Amino acid sequence: MEDKKRLIKILFLTFFKIGAFTFGGGLAMIPLIQREIAEKRKWITEDELLDMLVIAESTPGPVAINVATFVGYRVCGFWGALFATVGIVLPSFVVIVLISGILQAFEDSRVAQYAFFGIRAGVLALILRALFTMIQKSQRNAFSYALIFGAFLATGIFGVNVLLVMLACAVLGTGYTFFTARRMEK
Amino acid sequence: MIYLKLLLSFLKIGAFTFGGGYAMIVLIQEEVLRHGWLTNEELINFIAVSESTPGPLAANMATYVGMELAGIPGAACATLGVILPSFLIILAIAGIFEQFKRNRVVKGCMRGLKPAVIGFIGATVLSVGKTVFFGTNPSFAVFGEVQFYVSLLIFGLSLWLAFCKKHPILLICLAAGMGILCGYCFGF
Repeated sequence: MEDKKRLIKILFLTFFKIGAFTFGGGLAMIPLIQREIAEKRKWITEDELLDMLVIAESTPGPVAINVATFVGYRVCGFWGALFATVGIVLPSFVVIVLISGILQAFEDSRVAQYAFFGIRAGVLALILRALFTMIQKSQRNAFSYALIFGAFLATGIFGVNVLLVMLACAVLGTGYTFFTARRMEK
Repeated sequence: MIYLKLLLSFLKIGAFTFGGGYAMIVLIQEEVLRHGWLTNEELINFIAVSESTPGPLAANMATYVGMELAGIPGAACATLGVILPSFLIILAIAGIFEQFKRNRVVKGCMRGLKPAVIGFIGATVLSVGKTVFFGTNPSFAVFGEVQFYVSLLIFGLSLWLAFCKKHPILLICLAAGMGILCGYCFGF
């Protein structure tokens, strides 16, 4: 029992550290997770981590949080999962709460207005860059391109409900997968 | 009940976020605009703040929106909402890991969702671009205003930095600096 408590504490602290020191989203966390979890603590193997990333990609939610939940569960069951997840979220939660308070105080100042005016143009560039990277990494076939374009038109131009578009794409993807698998078998 | 509304909205967002933070913006946008919680400009400001603080973008955005609307309890509800679906799903599949990975339906769904998410980010570029260059009421008048050209300049520079793989925080700081500089120079 004592041992389990100690393990949960280490889990919490490890993921707290990962949560506190990764800027720029979930994918930036992966190298740190690899070093802390696979190399240092040996909680899971490198292969398992790769598998985990595949799973995290096909389940909803931020990748880093999915990995935390999964590793916590592997090491110490439900409570491990809970404390690892809380650990990875807590640092950014505290930081955002503090920053939000500061920003609220300065929001209406002229400097902040000008700064955010510039920042918004910068954010547009960041999103465009993310779009470009994801297109580069996507599958290069007609089916994939058609869905990209279709989803863009539906949400961006025609304002169709996002969840509806997701449902349609999931159904099409499943249909396509079964269709090509059957053709391969023939 | 703002807390319950926040929790439910972000539960929905958390349950349907695939492919990272940027893919989620379109969903967050749909939810916050529907409730009239934020303007498009505020939302884009939030993206910048979430990008410059540690932690996953999705969780940061949730905390920030919740905090802005209803203080710390609001932030807690929104954050809980965004992580709860993935927490439960991972717990559920942790035992059947291998089957899940090989399942043809799961693979098929992902095959459809991955391109969809890219399309969503494209739609986000469009709506953010509209807000950045044309503001809240789009009209041709913007071409005569200095803000339009300043935005264009900052965007161009940021794009160059982004494609040189400079760190997002550096990019955001420079964009902020240029915004302040141009703002005071031209006095808009």
